[in-house]
Amino acid sequence: MRTRDVVGAAGLAGVAALFVAAFLRMPAAGTAGHVYRDLVLPMGFREVTPNLVSSVNFDLRALDTLGEETIVAAAVVGTLALLQPPKKEPKTDGTGYVLPAVKLAGFLLLPVSVLLGIDIVVHGHLTPGGGFQGGVVLATGWHLLYLSGSYRALARLRPIDWCEYAEATATGLYVVTGLIGLGIGGSFLANILPLGEFGSLLSSGTVPVLSVLIGIEVAAGFVVLLSRFFVHGLEEPR
Amino acid sequence: MTAAVLLVALALVAAAGFAVVTTHDPKRQAITLTVFSLCLTVLFVVFQAPDVALSELAVGAAIVPLLVLLTLRKTGKR
Repeated sequence: MRTRDVVGAAGLAGVAALFVAAFLRMPAAGTAGHVYRDLVLPMGFREVTPNLVSSVNFDLRALDTLGEETIVAAAVVGTLALLQPPKKEPKTDGTGYVLPAVKLAGFLLLPVSVLLGIDIVVHGHLTPGGGFQGGVVLATGWHLLYLSGSYRALARLRPIDWCEYAEATATGLYVVTGLIGLGIGGSFLANILPLGEFGSLLSSGTVPVLSVLIGIEVAAGFVVLLSRFFVHGLEEPR
Repeated sequence: MTAAVLLVALALVAAAGFAVVTTHDPKRQAITLTVFSLCLTVLFVVFQAPDVALSELAVGAAIVPLLVLLTLRKTGKR
C-alpha cells in the first residue's frame, strides 16, 4: 500500500468520523426545535418580509447574494469569452422531427411559464421563490420555443444584445442600490426604502427591488449563456 | 406518515443518483440526470423548501442537461 493511499484512507476515515459525530447530534427533520428559524423569524417580521428566505437573501445577507450574482455574471462572461460565435451563422432548418403533442404542449406552456416566472420574481418577498428562481424559470420557459420545434423562432424572438445589456445593467444596479443604502442608511445594501404593510406587493423595502434586479440578471444571463451553446451545438457539420 | 414520505423521497433520490452514476453513455446520462433532478425537486418540496425545488427543477432538470446535450453535439462531430 502506497503512502498516498494511506493518507487518503486516513483522511476519508476522519471525514467519516466527523460526519457520524455531526449526524448523531443533528435534530430530527420536521421537529419543533429549530435554532436558525427562531433567530431569523423575528428579523423577517421586523423587516416586513413574509418570505423568510427572501428576507435572508436580499436583506439580512444581501452581500452574499451579490457574491452569488457575481458568480452568474462571471459564468456568462467566461462563456462569452471562451465560446466565440462561429464565423457563419448556423443554418438550422428544423430537420429534427418533433411530436405534435410536444409542440402543442410547448406552445401552451410557453406563456404560462413566462407569466409564472414574472410572478415568482415580482412576488419574491411574499411567496416562495425570488429573483433567482423566477429568472431561471423565465429563461427555461423561453426555451420551450426550441422544444416546440423551431430554433428559428427562438433565434428571432431572442434579443441577445438586449439580454447582454440587461444582464450587465441589472448586475451594476444591484451594487448601485447597495451604495445608495451605504449613503443613506450607513451600511452597504442597507434596507432604506419604506417597509410598507405586511403582505402587500409594495413592501419589504429594498427586498423586491433587489429581487427584480436578480431576476432580470439571471434570466438574461441564462439566455445569453444558452444562446452561445446553441450556436455552437447547432452549427452545420464540417 | 411524514416520515414515510420523506423516506420514499430520499430513496427515490438515492436510486436516481445511482442510475446517473452507473450510466456510461453521456447522452443517456443527461436524461438520467433530469430524472435525478426531478426526484431531488420532489425531495425539496417534501422538506418544505419550495424555493430550492424551483431552482433545482429549472437548472438541474432543464438547463444543465440541455448544456450537456449541446456540448456533446458539438464535440461529437470531431
